[in-house]
Amino acid sequence: MDAKNFIAARVAKELNDGDVVNLGIGLPTLVANYVPEGVHITLQAEHGILGAGPAANPGEEDSEICNAGGFPITVLPGASFFDSATSFAIIRGGHVDVTILGALQVDEKGNIANWMVPGKKVPGMGGAMDLVVGAKEVIVAMEHHLKGSPKIMKLCSYPLTAVGVVKKIITEMGVMDITRDGIVLTELAPGLTVEEIQAVTDAKLIVSDHLKVMDA
Amino acid sequence: MNKLTTPGEAVSKIKDGDTILVGGFLMAGSPETLIKALLEKSAAKDLTVVSNDTGTAESNMIKVMKEGRVTKVHASYIGANPMTGQMLIDDPDSVTLYPQGTLAEKVRCGGAGIAAFYTPVGVGTIIENGKEKRAFDGREYLLETAMRGNVAIVKATVADKFGNCYMRGSTKNFGALMARAADYVIAEARKIVEVGELDPELVTLPGIFVDALVQSEDTYGR
Repeated sequence: MDAKNFIAARVAKELNDGDVVNLGIGLPTLVANYVPEGVHITLQAEHGILGAGPAANPGEEDSEICNAGGFPITVLPGASFFDSATSFAIIRGGHVDVTILGALQVDEKGNIANWMVPGKKVPGMGGAMDLVVGAKEVIVAMEHHLKGSPKIMKLCSYPLTAVGVVKKIITEMGVMDITRDGIVLTELAPGLTVEEIQAVTDAKLIVSDHLKVMDA
Repeated sequence: MNKLTTPGEAVSKIKDGDTILVGGFLMAGSPETLIKALLEKSAAKDLTVVSNDTGTAESNMIKVMKEGRVTKVHASYIGANPMTGQMLIDDPDSVTLYPQGTLAEKVRCGGAGIAAFYTPVGVGTIIENGKEKRAFDGREYLLETAMRGNVAIVKATVADKFGNCYMRGSTKNFGALMARAADYVIAEARKIVEVGELDPELVTLPGIFVDALVQSEDTYGR
């Protein structure tokens, strides 16, 4: 299992039966492949779907049923379609239980930066700002560092997506909770030491008294 | 009252300096027949385009923009249209980005007679620059104002000749919102039926909002 799938498999364990879940583009979409047996979730897509299903089979694509990346998908029994204002009423109104998304930076205050790198082409925030403010729980799923350069910071330096919204970070190196006291390391990937994860983390990690081995 | 017309005739109502609201999310629900008519049959310039994403590289919108006829864009995500990205680099004031839900609500309010609204989205980010901030029950919100256009162009799956539109699946997105917030509304439909043939239960956008109806080149059924 590569790093991205390892992260996705661990994130999937955070989901509860009945959750309404929005998955960001990229690594977070892999989470759908690892939802534990017996846990039924409803996937929300920001452009107007509840009950989004897997990709459409070749030859069965429907140009009017696609995911938020524009690719043809299917919908599951019980699905519904609606317009963007309704979709963001669902998101902003607190009707999404969990949103899982990647980040450029996260900091110990729960701030997240994931929409723009100064000096680079700006793709726009899309629905990210609404999602992290509106969802009941925000989980950041990402690779721990960028070629050794930390992404988990004392304070984000990139323009923020939202302030104080992230409660949990899951990377290939560990699982961290963002608390009032700072970032608490609760799980560490097999074979790693606290020193190794701290070396690629800008924020000072607080090691939980109940530190466990991360298991995907 | 006959709303059925040609793409060229429909877009001839678009004037220099107009604000055009465009339905669609990437290519889903994007009114490509009308955008192509805007490209080929209209010379209107100094246009302001309001769109979730200004389409993708496949959209004719990119060609309209290459002709320099779009001088201002309001959008949420522009990563799929390199021309809009370039506009933002060349002149940061020419592209205004909004959180997607804020853009949808601005347009919804524009069509619903609501002047402005308070949203928690964007608090503590660069989005709040220049906006009134106010606390309700201990939480901070930003004041966002409604948005309207001179013209809206949208795409339906099926429309009847009165203009009642059924937008199927995930093509609903911004279509009906944009249509309710503009003075002159052009809908292209993949299939056009007689009045009475479209089930009223399936109407996404009531026909009173639609001024002109055009057969889409992207046909549906039959």
